[in-house]
Amino acid sequence: MSKSRNDKLQGTLTLLILRTLEARGPLHGYGLCSHVQVVSSDLLRVEEGSLYPALHRMEQDGWLKSSWQLTDKGRKAKIYSITAQGRKQLASERDSWERLTRGVAQVLHNS
Amino acid sequence: MSLFRKLRNTFRGNALSSELDNELAFHVAERADELIAQGLPKDEAFLQARKAFGNSSLVKERTRDMNIAGWLDAVREDFAYAWRQLGLNPGFTAIAVLSLGLGIGANTAIFQLIDGIRLRGLPVERPSELAALNRPRDFFVSGAYTSRNVAFTSAQLASLSKHQRAFSELLFFNDTRFNMSPGGRPHYVDGLFVSPSFLHVLGLRPILGRDFASDEAQSCADSGVLISHSFWTAVFGGDMNVVGKLLTLEGQKVPIIGVTPAGFYGVEPGLKFDIAAPLCADRMFATDGKGRLEDPMAWWLAVIGRLRPGWTVAQASKHLLEISPAVFRESLPAEYRPDAAKRYRANKLDAVSASSGMSLVRRQYESPLWILMCISGVVLLIACANLANLLLARGSAREREIAVRQALGASRSRLVLQMLSESVLLSFLGAVAGLALAKGLTRSLLTFLGGSDAIQFHLPLDLDRRIFLFTGSLACLTCLLFGLVPALRASAASPISSMRGSRTSTSTRERHGLRRILVISQVALSLVLLVAAILFTRSLAHLFASSVGFDARNVLVATISARTAGSVNPDDRAGLFRAIDARFAKVPGISSYSAVRFVPLGGFGWNGNVHADNDKLLSAGQLSWFDRSGPGYFATMGTSLLTGRDFTPHDDVHAPEVAVVNQSFAKRFFGGKNPVGRSFRIEEGAGKADRIYQVVGLVADTKYSELREDPQPIAFFPVAQDKEVGTERTFVFRVNTVADGVARSLQREVAAVNPNLLVEFKLLHVQIQDSILRERLMANLTAGFGFLAALLSTLGLYGVMSYLVARRRSEIGIRLAIGADRADVFGLVVRDALFMVAVGIVAGLCASLLLSKYAESLLFQLKGNDPLTLVMGCLLLLGTALAASMLPAYKAASVQPTIALREE
Repeated sequence: MSKSRNDKLQGTLTLLILRTLEARGPLHGYGLCSHVQVVSSDLLRVEEGSLYPALHRMEQDGWLKSSWQLTDKGRKAKIYSITAQGRKQLASERDSWERLTRGVAQVLHNS
Repeated sequence: MSLFRKLRNTFRGNALSSELDNELAFHVAERADELIAQGLPKDEAFLQARKAFGNSSLVKERTRDMNIAGWLDAVREDFAYAWRQLGLNPGFTAIAVLSLGLGIGANTAIFQLIDGIRLRGLPVERPSELAALNRPRDFFVSGAYTSRNVAFTSAQLASLSKHQRAFSELLFFNDTRFNMSPGGRPHYVDGLFVSPSFLHVLGLRPILGRDFASDEAQSCADSGVLISHSFWTAVFGGDMNVVGKLLTLEGQKVPIIGVTPAGFYGVEPGLKFDIAAPLCADRMFATDGKGRLEDPMAWWLAVIGRLRPGWTVAQASKHLLEISPAVFRESLPAEYRPDAAKRYRANKLDAVSASSGMSLVRRQYESPLWILMCISGVVLLIACANLANLLLARGSAREREIAVRQALGASRSRLVLQMLSESVLLSFLGAVAGLALAKGLTRSLLTFLGGSDAIQFHLPLDLDRRIFLFTGSLACLTCLLFGLVPALRASAASPISSMRGSRTSTSTRERHGLRRILVISQVALSLVLLVAAILFTRSLAHLFASSVGFDARNVLVATISARTAGSVNPDDRAGLFRAIDARFAKVPGISSYSAVRFVPLGGFGWNGNVHADNDKLLSAGQLSWFDRSGPGYFATMGTSLLTGRDFTPHDDVHAPEVAVVNQSFAKRFFGGKNPVGRSFRIEEGAGKADRIYQVVGLVADTKYSELREDPQPIAFFPVAQDKEVGTERTFVFRVNTVADGVARSLQREVAAVNPNLLVEFKLLHVQIQDSILRERLMANLTAGFGFLAALLSTLGLYGVMSYLVARRRSEIGIRLAIGADRADVFGLVVRDALFMVAVGIVAGLCASLLLSKYAESLLFQLKGNDPLTLVMGCLLLLGTALAASMLPAYKAASVQPTIALREE
């Protein structure tokens, strides 16, 4: 089921978006999608159905800002970039993610 | 910031939506580009890209939700929906908005008046520190009283100022009017005589020119007058160089020294002043050269003081009570007889809050206005009940729709909110209509209260914050009253039962119980209002029908004033008036005329204590009213002369002093026996000999000061025997037709004698109508409200009966099919309606009996529980209710059983 992929990504979508924008600079939604896919060697796929609501929510929260720009191909695209508040959020989410994975790993290996 | 953006986005739905479309389309296009690069044909590529994207409308909706305030969006949707609903039923909307508008408008208009005369503080500095000097009950007053407020003599106030410690400063004022015309028809403006402390006590400063100096009370040599801001703008067009200009007041030139601040109308809410002159001007304008400043018998000055810091009104009252003996000992007029002096010295003073000023208008109209406020509130209640009923009917018509929505998962609160939004819209529209109506209503009420030319009422009519607050809360309240119950009711239906059968079952009684209760309370409330309307209308009719003892139709009253006619001494005045009197005889169109001192019901009077000839007692006599008239007065007025004779031209200063008395006088002083040939004496001041008068005639009773009074003893004396001729002389003329031509001819005759004389004309019956303005106001308004209430509740009854008949169509069809008579069906419906009306009437009767005693003080010759009135109210209501139930009953009786049953 396609839904399972979604579920796994649920909590991490924010983290992935923030990290990608921090590393790669401003991107549009499609760029974000393909970038995550490429960098994760096709292990992760961001689903459009979750991506756009998440982008808009994060923009309302002030973690991202957006602007309409013309791409190389002459199309108008909405480009997102990370804000200072977004970087703070990234740091804290990254921190908690790492603690979570460390914890889960320890449970998996030591019990 | 985010919330603000969300709120903004909620109302830019289209822009937001197209932005989203663009963004998502871009995504699909990029994916398609990639697929094309992999070698797919264009169409195939787009199809695949869209497939991969998934349910794009779902994505769009979810993304949109991130950008808007959800609750607000729901509210916006509800209102848009409600607006469309109202547009779909223009008839319902019009009735609802109109009835709410009338109700809210009437309430707002009356509130505006009450606010103006009672609730609002004076437009001065810290009005709560102001207190007025007051007289407790049983205060003994004797002398010349010339104020519409609680007034005192100059001597009392001088003594008070010396002893009192409660006030940091006092202001004295006398209300008056100043004539600005040099001759001919007078031109009056509202005036005040004020102490120099006037503005200072109130914490105000002139916006132009200067205030009075503190020594301007005594000498007017270098003084002038202050004019009000409204007078300044109306008469001088806001001229900045107005200070120093001369006004002609009472024939004398007086300079303007300053202009008072905008919005300051004086200290009497409901009235205004145009010109404030210093107290010394009273002496300057007085025809006897003395005025009231040093007259110990002249009660003319009202008093307002600013309390010292830390003093309350109650403490001030206590203090005034303590210094009262000293004040009345020092100010005792020498002319009082011993018994009067004793009562005078026992007088007490106290203080009342003057934060909202002192007001004649308030004393006269406060309780009528509160009654009217209650009545218009009840009208609004009835309108609300009507709307609740209509909305209930709408709710049951929408039962299915609501059931579907509930079945699809709409929450109850969401449904209630949606239905309430319709009520909110209605009450908002009603409030807007009400505010628009209120402006006109208040204006016409004020015009009505102004009478033909009596006192001009003045109230600020701006729709300010207080009025908006009042109207707004009224609208919210009405909205909850008529909207909440129907909304709760409609959303409470269980989806299954509403969806299963539309018309099959006869509806349960319980569901219609509420509608019946609403109709019953409407009937009860309108009965209360109808009873009030009939009470006030009959009271007015009694007043009109009460025998005044004269015929007021076609009587023209002319008042001639010699105030502006230069220095004419009293003897010359008598000659002047005699000359004018003689010239009137030649004027055509007059069947008879006479001079008179006081026109009956004109608001002025003269009284004293009388002893009959054989009464040798030294104690005080009994009170009688007095008047002076010329030969032919009784014939002119249409008062019948019972025995004896009228005055003749021979009853002058050289003849013995005579009197004509009325029946009540004869009854009180001569035991009802023929008074002609008897004599009586009037008590004079201390040290003067009592005067003896011979009775020469007996006339029928006439009203003296007001229509409501019982017959009073009156004695008339000849005008020609008046030892102290005043500056004014009044004439009454019985004219053949009421036309301005006669007045013009009379005015020409007066001008021929002296062009500087002032002449004022008035019709006696107009003057009498003006004297019962309050009664007419109550009768007219309560009748209007009663009519409105009856109309609304008739509509309500009609609506409910029609609804019930429609709901019972199949039942009626069955009844008819199994043999019921059409008359039976007709009777069934009418009986049902009459039952509700009967219950309503019983409840209404109880309420009327309880409430009507509050109106009793405003009624004339009627008790609040007057049986005829109650019966009339019940019959009227029963009649209209019967009429309202006829049409539904007829419809029920003409149901075709086959058609009604086929609908199942």
